[in-house]
Amino acid sequence: MDEFTSRALNLATMKGVRYADIRIIDTRHQFVNVKNGHVDALGDQESQGFGVRVLVGDAWGFASSAYLTYTEIERVTSVAVAIAKASATVPGEKVDLGSPVQSRGRYATPVRIDPFSISLDDKLSFLFRADQEMRRNRGVKVSEAGTIAVRQEKTFANTEGAFTAQTIFESGGGIAATAVSEHDVQIRSYPNSFRYQGTGGWEYIVNADFVGNAARIGDEAVALLTAPVCPPGETTLVIGSSQLALQIHESCGHPTELDRVFGTEAAFAGRSFLTTDKKDNFRYGSEIVNLTADSVRATGLGTFGWDDEGVPASSTPLVRNGEFTGYLMSRETASRLGLESNGCMRADGWNRIPLIRMTNVSLEPGAWTFDDIIADTDDGIFIDTNRSWSIDDIRLNFQFGTEVGYEIKNGKLGCLLKNCTYGGITPDFWNSCDAIGNEQHWRLWGTPNCGKGEPMQTMGTGHGASPARFRNVKVGVFQ
Amino acid sequence: MNFRQIADSVLKASAAQETEVVIMAQDDSLTRFANNSIHQNVTESNVQVTVRSVIDTRVGTAVSNDIRSESLSRLAQRAYELAKLQPPNPEFKGLPLPQPLPSVAAFDQATAECAPETRAAVAGTICREAAGIGCIAAGSVTTAAVRVCVANSHGVFAEYQTTAADCSTVIMGSTSSGWAQASGWKVNEIIPEELAGEALTKVRLGTEPKDFPPGEYTVILDPYATANLLEMLAFDGMGALAVQEGRSWMNTRSGRKAMAGIVTIVDDGLDVSGLPMPFDFEGMPKRAVPIVESGVVMDPVYDSFTAGREPGKSSTGHASPPSPAVRYGPLPMNLFLRPGSTELNDMIRTTKLGIYITRFWYTRTVHPRDAVVTGMTRDGTFVIRDGEIAYPIKSLRFTQSYVEALHDAEAIGPRARVLRSGGALSVPPVKLGKFRFTSSTR
Repeated sequence: MDEFTSRALNLATMKGVRYADIRIIDTRHQFVNVKNGHVDALGDQESQGFGVRVLVGDAWGFASSAYLTYTEIERVTSVAVAIAKASATVPGEKVDLGSPVQSRGRYATPVRIDPFSISLDDKLSFLFRADQEMRRNRGVKVSEAGTIAVRQEKTFANTEGAFTAQTIFESGGGIAATAVSEHDVQIRSYPNSFRYQGTGGWEYIVNADFVGNAARIGDEAVALLTAPVCPPGETTLVIGSSQLALQIHESCGHPTELDRVFGTEAAFAGRSFLTTDKKDNFRYGSEIVNLTADSVRATGLGTFGWDDEGVPASSTPLVRNGEFTGYLMSRETASRLGLESNGCMRADGWNRIPLIRMTNVSLEPGAWTFDDIIADTDDGIFIDTNRSWSIDDIRLNFQFGTEVGYEIKNGKLGCLLKNCTYGGITPDFWNSCDAIGNEQHWRLWGTPNCGKGEPMQTMGTGHGASPARFRNVKVGVFQ
Repeated sequence: MNFRQIADSVLKASAAQETEVVIMAQDDSLTRFANNSIHQNVTESNVQVTVRSVIDTRVGTAVSNDIRSESLSRLAQRAYELAKLQPPNPEFKGLPLPQPLPSVAAFDQATAECAPETRAAVAGTICREAAGIGCIAAGSVTTAAVRVCVANSHGVFAEYQTTAADCSTVIMGSTSSGWAQASGWKVNEIIPEELAGEALTKVRLGTEPKDFPPGEYTVILDPYATANLLEMLAFDGMGALAVQEGRSWMNTRSGRKAMAGIVTIVDDGLDVSGLPMPFDFEGMPKRAVPIVESGVVMDPVYDSFTAGREPGKSSTGHASPPSPAVRYGPLPMNLFLRPGSTELNDMIRTTKLGIYITRFWYTRTVHPRDAVVTGMTRDGTFVIRDGEIAYPIKSLRFTQSYVEALHDAEAIGPRARVLRSGGALSVPPVKLGKFRFTSSTR
């Protein structure tokens, strides 16, 4: 592979670039999905290619191709340089990449069971069992179960001397039951909506016990049809781990992306209320709120050896004791703050440039058991499993909906509630947090579908959380 | 290899009873700008070959972007092996037979060959217009050439090439912002001065926005906001799979008048004023399909699988792009909201109290059966009082059934705008009698 990377980098250097890098990527996905007792999709996808990114003066260019040949590498490198020169006709600020990145080495996701080594027969049998269990309740109209396996081989090299090779495995899946009445439809998912996914092997799927939870999920979907709607008002909200993971993603992960802060996502993904004057000078949440970005925790969808600029995996505090302390950064954006990159540049394939993306952005565990949080709550609602999510372009005003909710009365969980929604303003919400579950309840979730950039890139990010309690939250915004 | 050769290689190598091959080749280039300069500038060449193998009623799908001859044989074999492993699915009734295909011409050589300097010039014009009055522009300029081929072992062979161009910008002042977008299949029809001018008008009009209480108001939507109504209604169930599974807003409404009589929504893949495509991803012909006609909800759109589940139904030419991951079901990708006769100014003039909205942002379904959607307004929200735009306000969050919103449609503008989406949308401004805002932002 180094012959290909050298060819591109040497040519780029000869053409006068300040900096160049190349990524050669070969990715395989396998999807197995069943629905109502039949195979719904059984597919295998392979994609290979390379992308060359160059900096000419202070202007960037990028070109990519699916055809990995010496001739094509030379053509694509030349195109990337030409594009950078076109970029220079509408110039911006000086680009400083900070210290050179010269990482070298090999990384592979620790895997106990290669997910591609499990036969399709075994995968189908596993999924059909879960699918059947959900339909034991005859009120379930649609039952679905699926798995995904991903293997990515990635080689990175740059003109500063970096050369890294990585093999990343991802495994995941989930089950969902849909119940329908004349005027309503309700869905329950497990372990999470939008898929449960992490870096790891088949063991990651087995540990979630789809089959053992399937009958309960079917029953809950049907029960939701006749459950009362979440009443509107202001109340105490206890948010389950998986919903809180998405809350963290939207209201902490995205606003700490430094490219948003500098305005380069303004037209598409939006900007951020966490402007640079707020760093080390803004109360983001209550004193028990500690948020961390890392790319080193086992099974995280943001876990790797090096990012797509060759920067090593690391851990960064974003919020400490409620104070906003750090950003997700690239080499170029970090240098504008006089800092070094914390390795958050990621691309979703060979044909896309790296952007600042979340790695694993997590809420650190607190001191409470879940039972104690409920017992300590006189009146409120417990909710979990995301159903809808929306937040404004600077990440302040949000509204989420969940699949399921339960009334809390006098320290005990009460009746099932449907169509639960809640909303608020990000710092107000996090400052109202007065109880966080302990390590026993902490779980690292994956969000496999985070969209950002033009052309759109879909990235997997990790989010750890335990259940937590928030006071005076507006709930029940539903027509 | 040309598409015919790729298709023939796959079909010849396949041992399945039925085989389908879908080939998509694209040359996409995109120039992004922000802070009045180009900061990202990319191009991509790729081809994707998707093979569906059918043995009895069992279907396996394999996808690759390796078009070497030996790789195509392996791809066909992989799809066959995946099909072989499955239990039968009696709901699958087979791949479709060939049908006569309409001809559509929507290919522009200048767009296909657009140089990075041309995209940079468009971006540069917008940045200079913004910088000239102390504002900051961000946005993107896209040009693409796409070729699609669908072939199957029953003799379907459909091939089409087209181009696409899109430019969008948000221009920001110190307290306000404005948005403009243009899409089509000819890059030369994108006029950057006009886009900059449109966005800057909203910047000027939106300076120093005030707080405004949430509640239920009459709204007037620019085409960008109207586009979101159609997008979400399509997503929430204009396809037959959603209706068959009971999760569509069309469930219980088909054949009923659920929207105002001025509302007619049609999916038409042949109309060259949009971004046309003469056939779907099973090679079935496109035609104009009414979704809502004078307020009456008609039928959803079908592909061959969903049509096979209902007696008397046939594909309407709406098979979605093939995916090895999931069966998305049929989708309308060329939606037109038929224009009305009321100019935007007249909509405003006849409004006592209302809100004028440039566009919606981050809209998500809260409940699909009534297409209840939440989202924010963005890049220009204004109060209308006594027939005039009174003052700008801060962005508002809404939670609203889009079906009910169109039930209360009072006027539709006479000119539609084409906007690139997952497919394309053709949308005029609309006036809606009632729209529910649930909170505001800072």
